Amino acid sequence: MTQLALVIDLNVCVGCHACVTSCKQWNTSGAAGPLFDDRPYGENPTGTFFNRVQTYEIGQFPNTETLHFPKSCLHCEDPPCVPVCPTGASYKRAEDGIVLVDYDKCIGCKYCSWACPYGAREFDEQQKVMKKCTLCVDRIYDETLPEAERKPACVLACPTSARLFGDVHDSESEVSVAIRENGGYPLMPEWGTKPSNHYLPRRKTRHKIHKDELLRVDNPLKKEDIRHEIRDNVSLDDWLM
Amino acid sequence: MHPTFSVIFLTTLIGVGQGLFLALFTEQSYASVNLLPGQPGAFYVTGSLIALAFLLGGLVAAIGHLGKPSYMVTRAWRGITQWRTSWLSRELILLPLVMFLIFLYLLFHYLGWEANPFGTTGVSGQLTLILGGITTVMVFALFICTAMIYASVRFLQEWACALTVSNYILLGGASGFTLATAYAAWAAPELVGFYAGWAIIITVLGLLSRGLHLIRNARLKGKSTLQSAIGVRHNRIEQKAMGMMGGSYNTREYFHGKSAAFLKSIKWIFLLLLFPLPLLLLWAGMDGNKGMLLLAFIMQYVGLLFERWFFFAQANHPQNLYYQTI
Amino acid sequence: MHEAAKALAEGRTEVKNTTCYMCACRCGIRVHLRNGEVRYIQGNPEHPLNKGVICAKGSSGIMKQYSPARLTRPLRRKEGSERGEAQYEAISWDEAFNILEERLGRIRATDPKRFALFTGRDQMQALTGLFAKNFGTPNYAAHGGFCSVNMAAGMIYTIGGSFWEFGGPDLERSRLFVMIGTAEDHHSNPMKIELSKFKRNGGRFISINPVRTGYSAIADEWIPIKPGTDGALLLALIHEIIKTGLYDRDFLTQYSNSAELVNMDPNSSEFGMFVRTEVPEEEGCFDPQNKLWWDRNGNKPVICRAKGADPRLLGEFALSDGTPVKPAFQLLLERVEDYTPEWAADITGIPAVTIRRLAHEMGIVARDERIELPIAWTDVWDQEHQSVTGNPVSFHAMRGLAAHSNGFQTIRALSILMSILGTIDRPGGFRHKAPFPRPIPPCTKTGTGPQDVQPNTPLNGMPLGWPADPDDLFVDDDGNPIRIDKGFSWEYPLSVHGLMHNAITNAWRQDPYAIDTLFIFMANMAWNSSMNTDEVRKMLNDKDESGEYKIPFLVVADAFQSEMTAFADLILPDTTYLERHDVMSMLDRPISEFDGPVDSVRIPVVPPKGECKPFQEVLIELGSRLKLPPFVNADGTRKYQNYPDFITNFETAPGSGIGFLAGWRGKSGEKSMKGEPNPNQWKMYEKNNCVYHYHLPRSYQYMRNWNQGYLQWAQEHSLTRYDEPINIHIYSEVLQKFRLAAQGKSDGKQPPAHLRKRVETHFDPLPFYSEPLEAQLTDKQRYPLNAITQRPMAMYHSWDSQNAWLRQIHTYNFLYVHPTTARAAGIEDGAWMWVESMHGKVRCLCRYTEALEPGTVWTWNAVGKAAGAWNLDGSANESKQGFLLNHLISEELPASAAGAHLSNSDPVTGQAGWYDVMVRIYPAAPGEVRETFPQYPTMPPLPGTPKRRRWQSYFAGRFGKNS
Repeated sequence: MTQLALVIDLNVCVGCHACVTSCKQWNTSGAAGPLFDDRPYGENPTGTFFNRVQTYEIGQFPNTETLHFPKSCLHCEDPPCVPVCPTGASYKRAEDGIVLVDYDKCIGCKYCSWACPYGAREFDEQQKVMKKCTLCVDRIYDETLPEAERKPACVLACPTSARLFGDVHDSESEVSVAIRENGGYPLMPEWGTKPSNHYLPRRKTRHKIHKDELLRVDNPLKKEDIRHEIRDNVSLDDWLM
Repeated sequence: MHPTFSVIFLTTLIGVGQGLFLALFTEQSYASVNLLPGQPGAFYVTGSLIALAFLLGGLVAAIGHLGKPSYMVTRAWRGITQWRTSWLSRELILLPLVMFLIFLYLLFHYLGWEANPFGTTGVSGQLTLILGGITTVMVFALFICTAMIYASVRFLQEWACALTVSNYILLGGASGFTLATAYAAWAAPELVGFYAGWAIIITVLGLLSRGLHLIRNARLKGKSTLQSAIGVRHNRIEQKAMGMMGGSYNTREYFHGKSAAFLKSIKWIFLLLLFPLPLLLLWAGMDGNKGMLLLAFIMQYVGLLFERWFFFAQANHPQNLYYQTI
Repeated sequence: MHEAAKALAEGRTEVKNTTCYMCACRCGIRVHLRNGEVRYIQGNPEHPLNKGVICAKGSSGIMKQYSPARLTRPLRRKEGSERGEAQYEAISWDEAFNILEERLGRIRATDPKRFALFTGRDQMQALTGLFAKNFGTPNYAAHGGFCSVNMAAGMIYTIGGSFWEFGGPDLERSRLFVMIGTAEDHHSNPMKIELSKFKRNGGRFISINPVRTGYSAIADEWIPIKPGTDGALLLALIHEIIKTGLYDRDFLTQYSNSAELVNMDPNSSEFGMFVRTEVPEEEGCFDPQNKLWWDRNGNKPVICRAKGADPRLLGEFALSDGTPVKPAFQLLLERVEDYTPEWAADITGIPAVTIRRLAHEMGIVARDERIELPIAWTDVWDQEHQSVTGNPVSFHAMRGLAAHSNGFQTIRALSILMSILGTIDRPGGFRHKAPFPRPIPPCTKTGTGPQDVQPNTPLNGMPLGWPADPDDLFVDDDGNPIRIDKGFSWEYPLSVHGLMHNAITNAWRQDPYAIDTLFIFMANMAWNSSMNTDEVRKMLNDKDESGEYKIPFLVVADAFQSEMTAFADLILPDTTYLERHDVMSMLDRPISEFDGPVDSVRIPVVPPKGECKPFQEVLIELGSRLKLPPFVNADGTRKYQNYPDFITNFETAPGSGIGFLAGWRGKSGEKSMKGEPNPNQWKMYEKNNCVYHYHLPRSYQYMRNWNQGYLQWAQEHSLTRYDEPINIHIYSEVLQKFRLAAQGKSDGKQPPAHLRKRVETHFDPLPFYSEPLEAQLTDKQRYPLNAITQRPMAMYHSWDSQNAWLRQIHTYNFLYVHPTTARAAGIEDGAWMWVESMHGKVRCLCRYTEALEPGTVWTWNAVGKAAGAWNLDGSANESKQGFLLNHLISEELPASAAGAHLSNSDPVTGQAGWYDVMVRIYPAAPGEVRETFPQYPTMPPLPGTPKRRRWQSYFAGRFGKNS
């Protein structure tokens, strides 16, 4: 069975929010749209977004890490938001594992969002239905698009290609390899929701310097044969016969 | 969680309605075996009407919880389709069913259908007893469904326990029996002692259950941590930005936005209004003092509103870990 | 299905290519339209710059297009209203042009310098500069002076190229990448793309920055540093690298002036100059190969780069006439002798052991991980090389170094560090982008005196240029400035991008003279683009005794209502980037890649809104009306129909074959770089993703300062004037010439007495560290903290608060303070606080952060807005909780021996010292109003600005039922 998902590489995410607004612009005018904005030019502007980038600080100065953390629906293998829906509006597709909301069936009771530990769902205050990341289901199967562009808008946009997209059930897929080889992990594993989206941790590159590297025979200083000035003070040379 | 008044009213109003029905039916059961003096049909009819009114009030409050009121007409019917998995769906099925059964119960009493299908066994009013029995089962089922809507959300650890269920049953029952006591003061003064007694017992049990729940929740340790939320093992992690500054659904739906002191005061208000004060008034009104008994119910109901507000506010959703700093 | 899907199915869709302008990065975009309205803006996968990616700003272009801040009609300030009150009436374009034609015509016929044209973050300096030059005014500059001119000047005066458009780190092949003083940069998507690949390929990324945000977040190591001390760090690194012999001797010998002998005779007028063997046959802006080496084999001086010679880099020698000489490298060694890591540790806050390790890492990676590419090439000395080699250590730096008054010398130090590691235009190091490298300094020159500004005559020289010696300065006989911003004067001799940040103050003070009309294009000088914002706003509105404005006429051309437009007498509505033609020209700042020149265009994808007119059309119309030579025929009739026609047919000189666009030239588009105008050029750009990319042969892609093939190609295609080597100026003779003048040792132009000391100090031919000027003049006991800004990746300066999506991300800003520092001042996390400098104070919100050097506070740049500006609601968070740090920063230094009104800028380049400000912090009193200070009266919407939507559900041009 196919399970489409995103793998987010925190090792390269610079927190630019490209995924946030590219998602917004694709989806507001797409099959999942429109996405409401309230008070767009007033106090406390707010709106429906499927994806957000957050910032965390880890550790204390000077050993501080700044972590940018994009978060959207994780498309759980066992999505707790689906069984609680009273109308069947919330569902997980058998063919590719995408968790979706059928806006026409949603009664806006918000119960599904309570049943999501990740806060991945957003209620559209204008349309009064629950909305969420669709993995751009209206892009990824669109055969009018070139094959390379049949990806979620956030994945196409991401300048650091920190967002990988693919089938996590196919062990040879790019995403599976990335998870396997780079220590990919799920969020809040304690709940057993089995999120399909995974995160790749920070990885550090270091150079080790050996002392010998500073004393090489080809050191250019040796070419300069710097002559030291003759000192006035007496040396052993003046005494030893 | 952010307490919504639609849900607070829904759960408390139907609780009263359900409890009142149970009180009526309890009396009828006692009376049927002559433990209590029988009552004329009008007693059940008016009582059921009051119960239905509360249930209807709950239903109206529930509409407020839908995205749009129109969804009640256009989409809510779909709510019956997911009964296999969704406690909310089950509640949606049971609430009208219970109302319908109570209506039948009312109707049978109103029409005075006194048929005894099991013959003359010494038990009179068998038809309404059977109907009432079925309704009672459904009322309990509805209590369980309503409670399980909350208790089944395992992420809300404050809710995810059996005490949520016992609370809903006992507190709904207590408010119903207290209302029945006040009702009896007008309609059947001889039943005041009976109802007051039960109301006191159920209220005390409710106090026990709710008290245990409070103690349990006070000791609760969150299963999720910021560490597990973002997958970083470090004992010092602080959020610096949540990704938006003007608020979002995540900040509106899951946070009560009140101070800890406020929450604490609500707790003491509901504990006071819900338990000792109504108990005192019930005790004092045992002689049939209508005003005191009505006040007991009103006080207990208002206490329930505070209790339900606190119930929601106290629940700390794990998603909140992601929304600590603007 | 629901509404959205239905609407989608019904729509008519098209895709058009153009170039983004949500910041200055200039990525290729594909704009998807549905029924003619913008539906989706995608990064163009076939574009060399962004390769399909797009950032948060680019993805929000829709919300800029439909912003309620858009100006849609020409506006004239209502009679009787004050500037700043934003009371306007709509007028026709014809009226607007008549006003301008009459006024500017009069100025041009009398004293053209009374017209000043300053432009902001525009990308058409070749055109605006052409207009100014032909108008005859010297008073023209773009925003470079307050942006990053130190970066451009410091590097170009050293290696003949610079970061960003002009060059950058070759991260594809680099192994160690050191980023200094960079938060987010214009070259943002390419940097992100490369940084990610670099990390995934196992490269090591070190970030040196007082703050850990953005790029620094993913660094393998973050080295916090005190602001303004980068020079000390870089000099200590040079010290350690030379001391341990980790420099690339061969590279320095052949390709820099390290081994060239400097005259050390203090009594000679040639003191500190290179010893020359002969007078060159041709004088040009290149380094003649007439200097001396000291040959170790013969132990005598030889002509530099003589075959078989092996020069000494260190030592002290005497020529046969007794002149004492030293190789430039010896002088560098002596200069950095005392700049030890221990010395730098105290200044920078970086432990000496870290500085040493950093130096060793750089040197060892450069030496031991050398790259050798099988690419044969020939150098300018006819030497054939079988391969191209490179030392894979690369750097990137930006405003953190540049925006300090010691930035020029800091960046000189960086360029020298990069050079001694042997990383200039080599694989894995720094790589140039066409039209760079250019001679040191480039050949363009300004006028040199008052005689170059004449009525009804184009300016003699360019408004901006690259002085090579004091005689190139644009001053009168007394050494006083000719330009209103005092650029190219003794106050800021190498101000190659001008000093826009002082234009308003100088014009207001009428020092050096009064002007008549100030024309501002796309710069928010009444807010975030000015230092000392509050005072500048008053100056814009200030009148003399006769009731006349000190700056009599103020014209603002912009696409958006802003703090600045409120002060204009005349507002000209520009278009958005989706509505116009534009060129990213080789004559300006193209988007070239390492492998060859690239230029690109914008082509309108939607029609202009209302009466919006592209600013280029305004210039061409005005140029035609004023009969400026490039815009009219010999008989004085209009030459170009419109801007696209101008771009197609304009040539730098009749028949030169050089125009604004390099691609598809020649009658049928068969030529590139050079060729006669092609009537179908725009079409060909349109068909080719709006971009032209010339791929140089691989043998021309490296070592271009000395690559014979490349230099000849560049000369042939008029990128450069000479095919002479561009040797690295480890030792800067250009600077020494200014110093000699200041010392009164040279014959040419001399600085006024009060500036001699300043010029002598700062025009040091070798980099040195000095505390930023403002810090030297600040009571550091009272103001102990540095205050800086960073640019968030999702916002471009002041532009994006009008953007409904982006402003949800940054609705207001905090002052970030280290918890220890904040607690010591008694300020709680999230509380209201004051931040105060000796120039002003601001009330703002505090946020604790551990990702910050504790002696520094910082905030996001330009999130705070004046109430009502950008057509936001008066209650918008931007004006109530958001704040601007500019209120704390002065455009002028406190009076000192060097003058009373010196710009708060680098004394060499005039680069605005944004990051020099010193502050103190304290909590807001309990009863204080909980909003930022200062506050300004709410600006009203202007006639023609669209209605502010109270909510929106945007769907491909529709906003939901309320609109």
